[in-house]
Amino acid sequence: MVSLLQSTQRGLYCPVGDFYVDPRVAVNRAVVTHAHTDHARWGCRHYLAASPSEHLLRMRMNDDAEFEFMPYGESVTVGGVDVSFHPAGHMLGSAQVRLEYRGEVVVVTGDYKLGADPTCESWQPIPCHLLVTESTFGLPVYRWEPDEVTSGQINQWWRESRDAGLCCVLYGYAVGKSQRLLAGLDPSIGTIYTHGAVEKGNEAYRRTGVKLPETVFVGDLDRKHNFTGGMVVAVPSANGTPWLRRFGKVSTAMASGWMAVRGARRRRAVDRGFIVSDHVDWPSLLEAVRSCDPDTVWVTHGYTAAVARYLQENGRDAVAIDSRSRSESDEDRSQDSDDAPSEDGADDS
Amino acid sequence: MIRFADLYHALDSTTKTNVKIAAMAKYFESASSSDAAWATYFLCGNKLRRIVPTKLLRIWAAEEAGIPSWLFDESYHAVGDLAETLSLVVPPGDIKDDDSLAFWVNERLEPLRKMDEEAQRQHVVEIWNQTPAQLRFVVMKLITGAFRVGVSKRLVTRAIAQQSGVSADVVSHRLMGNWKPTPSFFESLVDPNVQDTLASQPYPFCLAHPINVEDGPQAIGDVCNYEAEWKWDGIRGQVIRRSGQTFIWSRGEELMENRWPEIESAAESLPDGTVLDGEILASQSDGTVLPFAQLQRRIGRKTVGKKLLTEVPVVFHAFDILECAAEDVREEPFAERRGRLEKLLSDCDHPHLRVTELISGMSWDELAKVREKSREMNAEGLMLKHKDATYDVGRVRGTWWKWKVKPFTIDAVLIYAQKGHGRRASLFTDYTFALWDGDQLVPFAKAYSGLDDQEIRKVDRFVRQNTHDTFGPVRSVTPKLVMELAFEGLQRSKRHKSGVATRFPRILRWRHDKQPEDANRLSELLEMLGDQE
Repeated sequence: MVSLLQSTQRGLYCPVGDFYVDPRVAVNRAVVTHAHTDHARWGCRHYLAASPSEHLLRMRMNDDAEFEFMPYGESVTVGGVDVSFHPAGHMLGSAQVRLEYRGEVVVVTGDYKLGADPTCESWQPIPCHLLVTESTFGLPVYRWEPDEVTSGQINQWWRESRDAGLCCVLYGYAVGKSQRLLAGLDPSIGTIYTHGAVEKGNEAYRRTGVKLPETVFVGDLDRKHNFTGGMVVAVPSANGTPWLRRFGKVSTAMASGWMAVRGARRRRAVDRGFIVSDHVDWPSLLEAVRSCDPDTVWVTHGYTAAVARYLQENGRDAVAIDSRSRSESDEDRSQDSDDAPSEDGADDS
Repeated sequence: MIRFADLYHALDSTTKTNVKIAAMAKYFESASSSDAAWATYFLCGNKLRRIVPTKLLRIWAAEEAGIPSWLFDESYHAVGDLAETLSLVVPPGDIKDDDSLAFWVNERLEPLRKMDEEAQRQHVVEIWNQTPAQLRFVVMKLITGAFRVGVSKRLVTRAIAQQSGVSADVVSHRLMGNWKPTPSFFESLVDPNVQDTLASQPYPFCLAHPINVEDGPQAIGDVCNYEAEWKWDGIRGQVIRRSGQTFIWSRGEELMENRWPEIESAAESLPDGTVLDGEILASQSDGTVLPFAQLQRRIGRKTVGKKLLTEVPVVFHAFDILECAAEDVREEPFAERRGRLEKLLSDCDHPHLRVTELISGMSWDELAKVREKSREMNAEGLMLKHKDATYDVGRVRGTWWKWKVKPFTIDAVLIYAQKGHGRRASLFTDYTFALWDGDQLVPFAKAYSGLDDQEIRKVDRFVRQNTHDTFGPVRSVTPKLVMELAFEGLQRSKRHKSGVATRFPRILRWRHDKQPEDANRLSELLEMLGDQE
């Protein structure tokens, strides 16, 4: 019997429907969980994704591709396999992909988180036989605070910096993280400015109907504009570049799950590190597995071996499938997808 | 304790010296003497004696977090710091009372040492339940004893000086040697009137700036203004003779008792109120200095046997005098101090107490030739000291210069890698290098420093993509990267597979232009050893 999903060099493959889920290379038919470029691979012939990701995907993928978008919860049949998308809570349009064929249900989480996020729909548990979960932060040292706590910290830093006559520069990935950060900012403190790559992401969010506070694109301003007391949301690769000069005296901060660890925070050479992640932390990863209650778990993207072994020891069938199989492989990803701790070139603009 | 934890995080989250000093000064301003004393103690890098074995902390933390011990270890490898791992893995607690730093140390931490294991466990878990991650991190740092927060003793000194109005040199002097972090200690530390009385108290050491080996010493000015000495490869020490007692301090401010009986008895011939700065060296009776490897046989021994005493006799090569006839003479010019030193030591005339020789009247070029002989002399190079210079506190530019010999260099292949700690945690930064022996690569040195951040990231990526095998935390990688290593010396070693141990190995540069087969051979390293011997 052919299994419904296979882990291959080119990515997760469904032989029955002849399509890939988040392929690693350009393929004919790609089912995509979300618009980050380590999941949505440029150059495929055909993309199938959740409707709210339409603007982002069209903005970032090749124009000559065919696109098909499905609202959350509705299913389409691809080669006999029922495919549907369900909110993953990672970013706008992010989805878990559910496959069903002859009573067997597979769920691929893509990247996901359990906490609330004003810029996207919340994750929902889907009962399944096989769960393919990410494990970027799959170690017990990673434990997130509720969104309002971190937003509170960021706003407080902004207020203090403003009162000290500084301009804040907050680094987050261009699409997803930045918009979530924007949504948590308190516009009564001062003006919010954006880096070009962030502003491009904002456009797609706003066109999809997500409410974001008013932002001013830095590129539209006069060279002599005074940024004191403002908040600039920028991509991490802008840190340490001459671009920063125009803001005068600044206080810089990075928003990322990796900031939970002091060494990573110090390597970043920023003034502050805020722990803001769009991935599951250790407790919520376990909670997700419990509530989906699959027979088997495939662990990918991150601390795969540790998570798989822990699940096995707790009586669940689990395997680490990442073919790169190094638990730190996520750190090497240099694209905009998420919070890789050791990369610099995280700018996708 | 919250204030102290806040201070820790304030210091940890900035690289700016002035911000750090201001944060400390602010802390001292409103801290009680008992808290300020402990804060000074910890910030200067002192630790508590072991309170609880870290092995037990790891076990209890895993139990409290409900995870197996291998997962704790995995977490520790990702974090690279035990106190931090303990603070992150165990679910956060809630603050009950905010007790003072002194209360924490005296009433909550120190008493743990005498408890039985079960009681220890109970108290440690209670601490965890009453501390959120940030606060717990600082408490665990105090328990595990690796309290490093990026401030030097010098910065702490400046902060205390700024806050108290006592001059930094005086504070620095008062912070030397052994002191107990008591309220009265701190009060006398910041008291403008108190006289320093402790007989054992050493002076802060004067340190030298390096001269760039490629550029040479021309840039520091006219050779006439300087005296040259050998830069001996021994143990820097201060010999104090006061109130009929002798104290020998290391540069790390460790009081070395009973370790150098020859020097201790020689110091008895010094007049009371004398403090000498110099180098402890293994030396034959004719004055020939023995290699550092010989001295090493005596390092780390608390007491020295007869056999070793005859095989490796030590002498104190004095090169400066800081206190003469009970008077602090550090403000006098070097030339004058030197005069005092020569007179004093010729008066007491003891074979284990020598004045280090001056190399005078030469041009820079002539000195450069003398310096070439350093290895033969078992010296590291030359010291150049300005004749008019006072004896400075710490590393002050322009008075003392060290002009080392060029290091040995060799091209080697990276074969193993391990993750670093602290700032380098989760990056592969600790490397083992090998040389060719036939068609085998034989490991011979570990090097942790010399690459910049960008290169470290590149090597890190290489390691992740080219791992062959994993032995615990160590990865063996495809032998592909060639780096030029520098080291100061070589000695035969039975513990090393290669048969030799290198001294201070570090990476000089990444040889992108070389293939692994172009790396040097072990035999070439052994030839260097032959040259040295």
